[in-house]
Amino acid sequence: MTEGTTNTTDENLFQLTNVNKRFTKGRESITIFDDLNMSIKKGEFLAIMGPSGSGKTTLLNMLGGVDQPTNGEVWFDGARIDKLSENGLAKWRAANIGFIFQFYNLMPMLSAARNVELPLLLTNLGKKRRKQSIDAALELVGLKDRAGHKPKEMSGGQQQRVAVARAIVSDPKMLLCDEPTGDLDRATADEILTMLQELNREYGKTIVMVTHDPEAAKYATKTVHLDKGEFVEKGSV
Amino acid sequence: MKLLEQIWIVIIMNLRSIPQRFGMSVATIFAVAAVVGVLLFFLAMGNGFKDTLEGAGSENVAVVTRVGSQSELNSSLSREQVNLLSTAPGIAKDLEGNPIYSGELYVIVDGYKKTTNSKVNIPMRGLSTEGFALRENVDIIEGRVFTPGRNEIIVGESVLREFSGFELGTKVTFAKTTWEVVGIFSTGGSAFDSELWADTRTVQDQFRRGSSFQTMRIRLETPGDIQPLINYAEADPRLNVKIETEAEYFSTQSNALNNIVVFGWIISVVMGMGALAGALNTMYTSVAARAGEIATLRAIGFSNISAFFGTVAEAIILSLIGGATGIIIVYFFVDGASAATIGASFTQVVFSFTLSADLLQQGMLLAFGIGIVGGFFPAFRAARMPVVTAFE
Ligand SMILES: Nc1ncnc2c1ncn2[C@@H]1O[C@H](COP(=O)(O)OP(=O)(O)OP(=O)(O)O)[C@@H](O)[C@H]1O
Ligand SMILES: [Mg+2]
Repeated sequence: MTEGTTNTTDENLFQLTNVNKRFTKGRESITIFDDLNMSIKKGEFLAIMGPSGSGKTTLLNMLGGVDQPTNGEVWFDGARIDKLSENGLAKWRAANIGFIFQFYNLMPMLSAARNVELPLLLTNLGKKRRKQSIDAALELVGLKDRAGHKPKEMSGGQQQRVAVARAIVSDPKMLLCDEPTGDLDRATADEILTMLQELNREYGKTIVMVTHDPEAAKYATKTVHLDKGEFVEKGSV
Repeated sequence: MKLLEQIWIVIIMNLRSIPQRFGMSVATIFAVAAVVGVLLFFLAMGNGFKDTLEGAGSENVAVVTRVGSQSELNSSLSREQVNLLSTAPGIAKDLEGNPIYSGELYVIVDGYKKTTNSKVNIPMRGLSTEGFALRENVDIIEGRVFTPGRNEIIVGESVLREFSGFELGTKVTFAKTTWEVVGIFSTGGSAFDSELWADTRTVQDQFRRGSSFQTMRIRLETPGDIQPLINYAEADPRLNVKIETEAEYFSTQSNALNNIVVFGWIISVVMGMGALAGALNTMYTSVAARAGEIATLRAIGFSNISAFFGTVAEAIILSLIGGATGIIIVYFFVDGASAATIGASFTQVVFSFTLSADLLQQGMLLAFGIGIVGGFFPAFRAARMPVVTAFE
C-alpha cells in the first residue's frame, strides 16, 4: 500500500496531516497552525467555530486549495493537493469545490444566471446543457424568476441564494462556506442554512462551514472549535 | 476547456465596469485620440505634399537644369544651350516635325497669405504655349491665356485660393512691374497650381534676364527614356546640364518633406508616452477595482490567463476607441484642408492634407501599441493576484 491510500480512508474526503502554517512578513513571522491534524468525512456537514483570529478562514483556504500549508500535507479523495501548481489547483477547485462567501462575491456586472453560469464555463458543457444546469440550480434555490436580475437588484438573502446556486451548479463534492450567514438577519440566515442542510442531506454534499453563530452551527452534523490554531473540546460536541 | 469563453466573459465584465472608471477611461481615450490625431496630422501633411509634387511630375517630360543647381530657382541656361539641346535625339516631334520643348524662367514674387496676411514667396513661371503642352491636364477655368508680349498673367487655382489679390481682372505689381490677371488655370491639384504663369519673353524683359532661361522641359519620344539626351549632352562640353525626368525631379524635391513625416512620428511617440502613462494608470486602477472579482473567479477555478487577457483586452479596446476618435477628428477637420508650405525653392507650394487607408492603419497601429503596452503590466498584476483576496 502506498502512503496515499493510508492517508485517506474510504470515508474521509479531506485529510490534513501535520499541517504547519506560518505567515511571514519581513522579519516577523506568526505561526497560525503548528502540527494540525484533521479529517473530514464524506457526507459530513462540519461547522467550524472559534474566536476571531483563531485561524478558521486560513484553514478553509487550505482546504479549498487557495492557500498552501507551510509544512505538512493536504489530501483530498486519495490525492495530495498541496503540491499542485497554481493552475492545477484552479482546475481541481473547478472540479471539486463550491465556495460560498460571507459577502456573496457575485459579479455585479452579470445577471444571476450569468453568475451561476461561471463555473460551467470551466466544463465541457455546451450552451444548451449549461442553460439546463443554470435553470435547475436557480430552481433549487427558489430564484428561477430572478435569472435576469443583477445582484444590486436583489436582497442580501437572494444574493446569497444565487451564490449557493453558483456553488452547486457544477455538482462539486464539497462546499466550503466562510460565514455564509454573517451578513444576514436571523430569518434569512435560517433559510440559507436550511438550504445547506438540504444539500447535505438530500444531495450528499460534504459541507464545511465557518461560523461565529451557535444557532448556525446547530444545522451541522458536527461542530469543532478552533482556538489559537488548535481544536479544543467544548460542551458535548 | 472553454478558455475563449472564460476570457470572453471576463472581457464583458471588464467593459461593463468601465462606467465605474468613466472619467479615467474617457481621459485615456482622449489622450490616445490626441496622439493618433497628431500623428495623422503630420502624416496627412507629408502625404498630401507628396501627392501634390508627384502629381506634377510626368515620366513623359525631361527637366533640364544647370549642373549643381538644387532646383529650378537657382538654375540658369543660355539660349544657345537650349537651342543646342533641342536638336538632340530622343525628343518627341510635333506634326510639322519640330521638337516639342519649352525654355522656361522661374522667378519669385511676393504674395500675402489670406489666412495670416503674412508675406510669402510665390513662384512665377515664364513659359511659351508649347510649355502648356508639356503639362498634363492644363485647363483654363476662367478668362483666357496670356497674350505674348503683354504684361499678363494667368494664376493657378491654389494661388487664387490661398493668397490675396489674384482675382480675375486684378492688376498686381511685382517690384516695378505691373501685370493683369487675365485667366485662372488648373492642373488638377499638382504643384503647378501654386504658380503664376506668364509669357517667356515678357518675363525675360521685365525681370531683365536678357535671352537666358532657367530650365528647359522636353517631351520625350519614349516615356522615361532620357538616355539619348544625356549621351548627347555629355558629348558636348557646352552642355554642362543635368537631365532628369520630371517625375524624378519632383520626387527629389519632395524628399525634404520626409522630415515632416519623421517629425510627426517623433512628436507622436513622445506624446504617446504620456498617453501610455495614462493608460497604465487607468488599467492599474481597473485591476485594483476588480481585485475581488478576479480573486473570486480564480477561486471558482478560472485560470489566470483569463484575468490577464481580460485586462489587456480592456486596455486595447479603450486605446482603439481613442485611435478611432483621433481618426474621426482628423477626418472631419483636417483631411482635404488646404495648406501652403515652403517647398524646395523656398516658394510656396499649396497642397491638401490627404488621409489614406495606409495612414489610418498606421494610426490604429499606434493606438493598438499603446493599448498592448498599457494593458500588459496591469494584466500581469491581475494574473498574479493572490486568490485569498476573495476571502477578505
Ligand atoms: N495573509 C496573511 N498575512 C499575515 N497574517 C495573516 C494573513 N492571513 C491571516 N493572517 C493572520 O492569521 C490569523 C488567523 O486569521 P484568520 O483569518 O484565519 O482568522 P479567522 O478565524 O478567520 O478570524 P475571523 O473570525 O475574524 O474571520 C490572524 O491573526 C490573522 O491576522
Ligand atoms: Mg475569517
